[in-house]
Amino acid sequence: METSSTNAQSGAIGILDETIVLEIARFHPEKDTEPSYDSFEVPLRSDWMVLDALNYVKDHLDGSLAYRWSCRMGICGSCGMMVNGVPRLTCETLLTSVAPGPVRIGPLDHFTVVKDLVIEMDEFMGKLQKVRPWIVRKDNYQPKREFIQTPAQLEVFKQYSLCINCMLCYAACPVFGLDPSFTGPAALALAERYNLDSRDQGAAERTDILSQHDGIWDCTVIGECSEVCPKHVDPSMAIQQYKIDATKDWFKTWLMPWGNK
Amino acid sequence: MPQYKVYQPATYRPRMSPYWFFDRWPYLKFMIRETSSVFAAYWAVVMLAQIRSIRHGAWAYARFEHWLSNPLIIILNAVALLFVAFHAVTWFMLVPRVFVRQMTGSGAIPDELAAAPNFGAWIVASIVVGLFLVGAI
Ligand code: SF4
Ligand code: FES
Repeated sequence: METSSTNAQSGAIGILDETIVLEIARFHPEKDTEPSYDSFEVPLRSDWMVLDALNYVKDHLDGSLAYRWSCRMGICGSCGMMVNGVPRLTCETLLTSVAPGPVRIGPLDHFTVVKDLVIEMDEFMGKLQKVRPWIVRKDNYQPKREFIQTPAQLEVFKQYSLCINCMLCYAACPVFGLDPSFTGPAALALAERYNLDSRDQGAAERTDILSQHDGIWDCTVIGECSEVCPKHVDPSMAIQQYKIDATKDWFKTWLMPWGNK
Repeated sequence: MPQYKVYQPATYRPRMSPYWFFDRWPYLKFMIRETSSVFAAYWAVVMLAQIRSIRHGAWAYARFEHWLSNPLIIILNAVALLFVAFHAVTWFMLVPRVFVRQMTGSGAIPDELAAAPNFGAWIVASIVVGLFLVGAI
């Protein structure tokens, strides 16, 4: 990993002549029954993110440390971890913002841990699929040309389409922690993203799935999902909006059973 | 020949502590908000009792007032007032999460602005009640 050597070549920039202690959760699936914490002392640099410090540990102190990352710019959504008990993208969290330490770094809360800071993602992927996150048409419509959408129609759902699947919102959600079958913030926001899309006709179909147990009604409006979301998707708002729309639709089907859902 | 496993079955599934809401202030705040609904319900029952005593005449109302002046009830009501105020504030702050998109079609309004009408109505209602109490209305 080139991070530290590149920084070293750039002279004194960012070097603070200080160190910071990271307490990193370790779990070896073949030896351990539960995680423990290892301490590492790393340089404290003003231009380093927490992810840079983890890379330093891996390069110089313990090559067996396992964690995910890729883009280093808050786009791939793979570097989410608990930093001092709060779900954060480590590539966007300045090391100085958590100084003087020690800084506790753990895998995202509520997920199954595969090794050290790596969590199992299959469960989350299944939830994304469950909400049918694609354009559903009732009429088997075969467009001959592009489906025109105005900027105003795009604006209605755009915010909910910015999710990077980092799962921070799940780690912040006690409902998911207590009941892992809860569909959860990002997947429900994604469902609402398609419900609000002017090209989509699948809202009733999705609501049939998501108004069951484990769906929108499990949300108790704690709201931390929206607080920790690095992309300001505001999944809490999406879920509450979904609840209101589902309630309105339910009343409509009672008042006008002949109406087209 | 080395034997490879398709996947690693020995994983660790964390369990949440029963006291999870003490872990972080936002969670504790949520629990206080939920608990405060008990005091909101208590407040409603007291009010119903008050209306009932008015219906039963001056003697019944005097007895109700006597009950209200019990120091224990005063303490209970003071605590209930705190919880009900907390309940009101936290619910008003949820308005941006719940209603903004219903009204505007997109979430373009700042949270403070979305919550402001409720706080405004609360202040006006409190002033009106205050004027009643001092006999100005
Ligand atoms: S909604 Fe936000 S916090 Fe949740 S997965 Fe998407 S980007 Fe991450
Ligand atoms: S490394 Fe891609 S989001 Fe952090």
